[in-house]
Amino acid sequence: MTSLQDIRAVVTDPKFTYRQRVSALAQLAENLLDPPAVRKQCSDALTNRIICDMYEGHAPYRPRYLLPDYKKVLVNGSSFLEIPPAKDLDDALAFLLIIYSSTPSITGYPVYFGDLDSLLLPYIEGVTDEDLYSKLKRFWISLDRMFPDAFAHTNLSPVYNRVSKMIFKLERELLQVVPNISLKVDPVLTSDEYILDAVKTVFECGKPHFINDVMMKSDLGENYAAVSCYNSLKIGGGAHTLVRINLKATVEAGCGGVESFFEATLPYYLDLTAELMESRIIYLVEESHFFESSWLVTEGLLDLDKFSAMFGIFGLAEAVDILMQQEGIEGTYGHSIAADDLGYRITSFIADWVSKRKMPYCEGNDGYAFLHSQSGIDLDIGVTAGTRIPIGTEPPLIAHLKTVARHHHLFQSGISDVLSFDETAVKNPQAVVDVIRGAFKSGMRDFTFNLDSNDFIRITGYLVRKSDLAKMPAARHGSTFLGAGSVADSHVDQRNVKRVTSAESSPSSSS
Amino acid sequence: MPKAPQAQVASIIPFSWVDGPGNRFVLFLQGCNFNCLVCHNPHTIPLHTPRANEMSVQEVLIEIRSAMPYISGITVSGGEATVQHEFVLELFKEIKKRSEFEHLTTMIDSNGNAPQEVWDLLAPYTDGVMLDLKALDDASHIELTGSSNTVVLESIKYLDSINKLYEVRLLLVPGHNDSDEELITTALWLKKVNPNMKITINAFKTHGVRASAREWPEVSDRDLVRYHSIID
Repeated sequence: MTSLQDIRAVVTDPKFTYRQRVSALAQLAENLLDPPAVRKQCSDALTNRIICDMYEGHAPYRPRYLLPDYKKVLVNGSSFLEIPPAKDLDDALAFLLIIYSSTPSITGYPVYFGDLDSLLLPYIEGVTDEDLYSKLKRFWISLDRMFPDAFAHTNLSPVYNRVSKMIFKLERELLQVVPNISLKVDPVLTSDEYILDAVKTVFECGKPHFINDVMMKSDLGENYAAVSCYNSLKIGGGAHTLVRINLKATVEAGCGGVESFFEATLPYYLDLTAELMESRIIYLVEESHFFESSWLVTEGLLDLDKFSAMFGIFGLAEAVDILMQQEGIEGTYGHSIAADDLGYRITSFIADWVSKRKMPYCEGNDGYAFLHSQSGIDLDIGVTAGTRIPIGTEPPLIAHLKTVARHHHLFQSGISDVLSFDETAVKNPQAVVDVIRGAFKSGMRDFTFNLDSNDFIRITGYLVRKSDLAKMPAARHGSTFLGAGSVADSHVDQRNVKRVTSAESSPSSSS
Repeated sequence: MPKAPQAQVASIIPFSWVDGPGNRFVLFLQGCNFNCLVCHNPHTIPLHTPRANEMSVQEVLIEIRSAMPYISGITVSGGEATVQHEFVLELFKEIKKRSEFEHLTTMIDSNGNAPQEVWDLLAPYTDGVMLDLKALDDASHIELTGSSNTVVLESIKYLDSINKLYEVRLLLVPGHNDSDEELITTALWLKKVNPNMKITINAFKTHGVRASAREWPEVSDRDLVRYHSIID
């Protein structure tokens, strides 16, 4: 429960910007309410963090992730916002900023800016490259300054075009954290020239993320996007909530051994995860009246029937390693065929389970949740994101790809592996293109790569600038200050005021 | 039926980003016909050593298959690849004849010390050769490698004439083959062979070399700037 002391701490803490303070106070207020009711075993599992509601707040009053169909406003205008249809590029850019400012999300900032190249292409005929550059540059700076959240995300379509080319040029010039970018890669439509341009942009600023357009379309339909920390969802829809299960903690809560894990422990906690999701979805849809009242719904930018929810997993690597130990078998995840096979048995089991568990108001996936490999939050210490191999223990690239690729087809709403590339990549970007194309050929859904030499570092999925980190006091633990918005963290008293947050999933002080 | 060739293999790298265009599978064959003081992998010089693995073409193909979706091609290096040219020929023939490998390019990383007949055998199945030139001046070449460069220079001219020379690599060793004069002469000679010749510079590092060259100075950043200003 929120205490007066919590509120006073937020009001008086000089380390927050005004907006960060308002957002923290709102969450404290929300958490004065009781959370949606669940059985005792469910709330116990939540308290023990075997399952986790991502600290979304006690009273969901907007979906966690929403992906408005912005094109509708550009084409039709909006009576709620009192804007006419866009007639040129200036209109389109101005109206988009207006719409974003009225788009809620769990962070307070939009997690999706639209597929900006596709949205803007109809408005650039007759616009010179010079004008496109200066107009888009102003817009790009606005995105970073007005929506300073590392989870705000745009996507680029698979076909190289003037807008996407200009966006990469601006990215290399401006080196901003916002927006995050995903490039949809089609094996035929996406040219080597386009991927090379993207790879050279990664060398400068860690963006874009690469996604397998064919696989995504076959799971989510033509109109999808990757938003926030690589959650792939339907445009015009989104995810009501994201609840995740900590597989490491699940193994530890069981009585030991692989067979009892599959027969008893895992299904038990999967069921509690589903229960928590269900209670939150029902509260959002039936109690908060979001879908009856939001202008995004009434004007057709969002449609409840395109929504689902995200069933997240993390800590696969540790779960596998502990089970291997319990069985007395040598080998660890990423380094042994037996361990990798066990990992795949676990994810396959969960995928099958989730595909059979009906979930309310999830017509966006025919009445079921989407499985998601959750890329972690700042509090996850000693538990590896999703199905990734623990940082620092990654085997050589080819073995790394082989370990993780097999899981990707199971996770319709995203999996986001991070691959580390060494400096020799810079002199041979075509090699990176080969790896990207190969990764998709071998069944990977989406991934990003880190190169040590630039100013950006990807944390669990979002980007921070090393030069920003260097401004932070050295006393705090790395993983603590990386979740820079953490309201609750007792170490934040030393933090500088930071303009850009990465606070999607930080706990409130009372959770 | 002739016996299928077996290779003495020093090592395999499934992904390499420094052995030709794109991401490449590299097969390092054991055995070299030069004896370079500056060799970074001196254990690959003798043809027969217990450290090498004997592999058949089919065994190498299995290794290639496991890297397949991710690579642009295969590079055979060494040692000296052409010392075991019968094997390289059989391997490349298999790659070029099977449709499963059709997107792969085949390249050879060579010291150039092979006669024209060997290049004629390999050329129909080889997309390009990356050739090391240790020194244009024969005396320096003998000092660095133990052998004359006559055959190497012929190889450069011949491979270029049949359109199979991908690049010439200069391994530059401070104080041994990197004076302005030598670099200018070398660049002019290469450009005379082909004005569009792709020339790359490999900077000498002491890592891995034998004791006799371990005290030699490494290439500095300033050297590199000078090399590029002359060669480019």
